[in-house]
Amino acid sequence: MNIIVCIKQVPGTTQVKINPETNTLIREGVEAIINPFDENAIEAALQLRDKHGGKVTVITMGPPQAANALKDAIALGVDDVVLVSDRAFAGADTWATSYTLASTIRKIGQFDLIICGKQAIDGDTAQVGPGVAEFLGIPQVTFAVGIEVNNGMLKVNRLLEETNEIIELKMPAMLTVVKQINTPRMPSFKGKIKAKSAIITQWNAKDINAEENKIGLKGSPTSVVRIFTPPPKGGGELLHGSADEMIDTLVKKLRDRKVC
Amino acid sequence: MDYGFTEEQKMIKELAKKIAMEKALPLRAELDESGHFPWEVVKACAEANLTGIGIEEKFGGIGGGTLEYCIATEELSTICGGIALSYAATGLGTMPIILFGNEEQKQKYLPPIAKGEKLAAFGLTEANAGSDAGGMQTTAKKDGDYYILNGTKQWITNGGEAETYSVIALTDKAKGARGASAFILEKDMPGFTFGKKENKMGIRASATRELVFQDCKVHKSQLLGKEGLGFIVAMKTLDRTRPGIAAQAVGIAQGALNEAVKYTRQREQFGTKISTFQAIQHMLADMATQVEAARALVYLAAREIDSGSTETSKISAMCKLFASDTCMKVTTDAVQIFGGYGYMKEYPVEKMMRDAKITQIYEGTNQIQRNVIALEIIKEMAAKK
Repeated sequence: MNIIVCIKQVPGTTQVKINPETNTLIREGVEAIINPFDENAIEAALQLRDKHGGKVTVITMGPPQAANALKDAIALGVDDVVLVSDRAFAGADTWATSYTLASTIRKIGQFDLIICGKQAIDGDTAQVGPGVAEFLGIPQVTFAVGIEVNNGMLKVNRLLEETNEIIELKMPAMLTVVKQINTPRMPSFKGKIKAKSAIITQWNAKDINAEENKIGLKGSPTSVVRIFTPPPKGGGELLHGSADEMIDTLVKKLRDRKVC
Repeated sequence: MDYGFTEEQKMIKELAKKIAMEKALPLRAELDESGHFPWEVVKACAEANLTGIGIEEKFGGIGGGTLEYCIATEELSTICGGIALSYAATGLGTMPIILFGNEEQKQKYLPPIAKGEKLAAFGLTEANAGSDAGGMQTTAKKDGDYYILNGTKQWITNGGEAETYSVIALTDKAKGARGASAFILEKDMPGFTFGKKENKMGIRASATRELVFQDCKVHKSQLLGKEGLGFIVAMKTLDRTRPGIAAQAVGIAQGALNEAVKYTRQREQFGTKISTFQAIQHMLADMATQVEAARALVYLAAREIDSGSTETSKISAMCKLFASDTCMKVTTDAVQIFGGYGYMKEYPVEKMMRDAKITQIYEGTNQIQRNVIALEIIKEMAAKK
């Protein structure tokens, strides 16, 4: 079973600052880690590999230093890694990122399953995993909290707000996982030694046959106009009195504001 | 400071710290209270290959030495001395096999320990054989291809949790110390059971139990080294592992110092942070200096052992003596700095003070360490003349 895991290197803090000119996150000088949900994705992939055999390949799009996140993945025991890095990818929104990752996966070729974390802790969009599935034209299940493989069929348990949903589907497919699915393993000493000397495969836009107008800032349909913290909501007003009195007051207030 | 660590040693430190912070820290108060065994942390140590530190690569380990073992133990102890002991005691139980095991024994017993599938323990102490190991009463009587073990070992760390036991017993009572032999025993062997689990003052996240042998039949292939080598096995093992206990002491002391410094920067009295008081500052300065001196001695001893030197008894005893006395002092001072809060279980320093005490007692009391040191320096002087 060949599994591809898409990861993102994110700042290891929730105290990120925004560049006021570009409205993008300032990443310099902040410790970088593997997005925590992506660690769950790697763990899910490793568990499936350990049970069913096969290979786990981890890919990431990012600047050259994102290679460190891939080395961390090697220390966890994944088989192969690919860094897709090109100045032309800079400023990519979720659409362009999904396109870039999907193009990378096409270049890798054969795969049975793609696993992503449910979202990244910096952007919090939860769009890239599903976007990759759409570009590749494969089925997807989000918020997986359990994955079983039987005779080439996937049985996925989705964690929803009020309930769980069990979905069966054919592979190849794309899943995003929530943190409740597993506890990521510790990196190992032997893995770290392997990571230290590992040569990270690096592909650029040309290597993955990406169309110029679909990558980076230029290929991104999203433009961030402004980023701000919404002002806190004012406190509500509590009505007192008997039910009839309160209804009268409420109706009057709504009429005054021309709501009814 | 990087203490001249190699890249690999830094990796071990980093891994042990990650386990300490992510796995041991959330559990330490609960395990101190319940006395449950820290399986979750031991599993993480296994995943990180730390359970295979002292074991050769061909047996699935990472081929590290005493220094690597000390680095991991110290880092875990910074958060919890009890959890760290459960890890370190496997190293102690494995050492006789590493030092005296034949190829077959190593092949059979080391790989599962390296993988963390099995834990090890070391059985020497008895009710009447503590500092005076000559008071041992457990016997191993030869019967054809077997030895029949009878007796009780006391206060055995990892007792009941470990699968592999290195046990010292008398094969020839008349010969005294020269009549002892070392055996590898397995949990669930007929005639091998466990006595009560001890209710301890500190290091409560570690399991301490009796090993009870009643006509326990052990095949001669389980003998470590030769018959009569038991005390040599025990002494060589302890010479090697004492720096591990010293490292545990340094870790506990460092943990207490960290807590104390943090607290003085928060706590206000007389309208100011107590870190601004010179009386407090001088205490912190002394604590930090003592911890650093102890650490230097531990690393020195570990490096001496790893260099292949055979003259390690003295330095090994010195680092255990100094680090454990330092640990007791520093943790006591940490409680003092916390004042009344330090005496309460809401803060971790009272636990650290309780954990510290054992380091002055086990693997040879500090009085025995002083005997060893004195004997060695007198012998050295005598040899010069």
